[in-house]
Amino acid sequence: MIAIVDYEAGNLTSVKRALDYLDIPCRITGDAETIREARGIIFPGVGAAGQAMRTLRRTGLDDLLRERVERSVPLLGICLGSQILLQSTPENDATGLGLIPGHCQRFDPDLTEGGLPINIPHMGWNAVIGTEDASTLFAGIEAGAEFYFVHAYYPVPDSPYWLASTEYGTRFCSVLGREGLWAVQFHPEKSGRPGLTLLDNFNTYCLEAR
Amino acid sequence: MLCKRVIPCLDVRDGRLTKGIKFEGNVDIGDPVTTARAYYEQGADEIVFYDITASHERRDIMLDVVDRVASQIFIPFSVGGGIRSVEDMRAVLLSGAEKISINSPAVKDPDLIRRGAEAFGSQCVVLGMDVLRVEPTGDIPSGYEVVIHGGRKRMGMDALEWAREAERLGAGEICLNSIDADGTKDGYELTVTAMVADAVGIPVIASGGAGNPQHMVEAATTGHASAALIASIVHYGDYTIPGIKEEMRREGVPVRMSW
Repeated sequence: MIAIVDYEAGNLTSVKRALDYLDIPCRITGDAETIREARGIIFPGVGAAGQAMRTLRRTGLDDLLRERVERSVPLLGICLGSQILLQSTPENDATGLGLIPGHCQRFDPDLTEGGLPINIPHMGWNAVIGTEDASTLFAGIEAGAEFYFVHAYYPVPDSPYWLASTEYGTRFCSVLGREGLWAVQFHPEKSGRPGLTLLDNFNTYCLEAR
Repeated sequence: MLCKRVIPCLDVRDGRLTKGIKFEGNVDIGDPVTTARAYYEQGADEIVFYDITASHERRDIMLDVVDRVASQIFIPFSVGGGIRSVEDMRAVLLSGAEKISINSPAVKDPDLIRRGAEAFGSQCVVLGMDVLRVEPTGDIPSGYEVVIHGGRKRMGMDALEWAREAERLGAGEICLNSIDADGTKDGYELTVTAMVADAVGIPVIASGGAGNPQHMVEAATTGHASAALIASIVHYGDYTIPGIKEEMRREGVPVRMSW
């Protein structure tokens, strides 16, 4: 069973619908025992980092997630979830979980693309490039496939944790972490077939990592 | 580079498509879920459902459609029509839609945009806007007036000003429909599209007038639009989504090609 961590950070049903479609057993849960039983953890999130971190601390989920990662339980952070895995984020001056060294940064409104100022948030489909360092997650996905993004902040991990990139006025990190502890800035659950393949690859890794 | 989105729009009444859509083999498909699934498989980047169900009692039928769509297609989709309150928005979003679109109710009650954005985030709130070309006046300096009820009612509001106001209130996106161009198949109204896209910092979806893929190229380039809405040109088989995207790509417009 994959635990989709519920920490009151937005609507999590879309992740569950995607896993249900792939016949991957999963549960949306904030319960410590259920999360401990899970063979893999998906840490999603939509909303603001500050509020999310307060909820994680209040519920003790912050320590639980650190413990599970310590014990090598595979984890996949999605969107806001990926930003919270870092040490810090400037969004509401929140301190992150510190599972991946690095911080977050807001898109600079002076950036341009095709001669026009970029819109913030970065919303829509964009290519993820250079996925060799995340080949477990990207197995069977064609190089340069596009994924669906919605975010105003992007992760800036320390360089060994920068796994793949995306261009939006600047080149930013869209996949970060390491083998078994991944985070993606896009929404695989809304990214069509490549996104479903990525979720399936994560599940396969969870099954094999036992 | 961010891709320009190609978005088919489906009109739904009482849980069925208002017009049967012909796919290969000329099979009429009245079920919005089957149709959405087909467009998803053909590479649509997003799907818009416009619910024109008149009676309030039958609105749960649409929620069921939304729920079934969300279980089968894994790209964002939005629902417009009949959404008048934060509670209406919540019901649609919880049923699995990514975004809700509001048009006339936002004109009558602009604060609805703010309440929706506060409750669910700006990325969920799309302002639908119908505009009509008029003589520029003191009240309508841009020469484009906001209209509702499919253009039958003029609101005396300047389109550019309304777009800026909606962004300030928290709209995450604007779907800009030109009443003049709608149904002509002569191309999008590029002047107002570029005007609005340049005036706001949120994405603008061009709507109304698509007759061929070249029109979509123009919307993305001259029109500065982030996305283009299409209906009849794909519904009746004149063009396919992969064909449209291939032509856009050939013309140098970044589009999503892996699906």
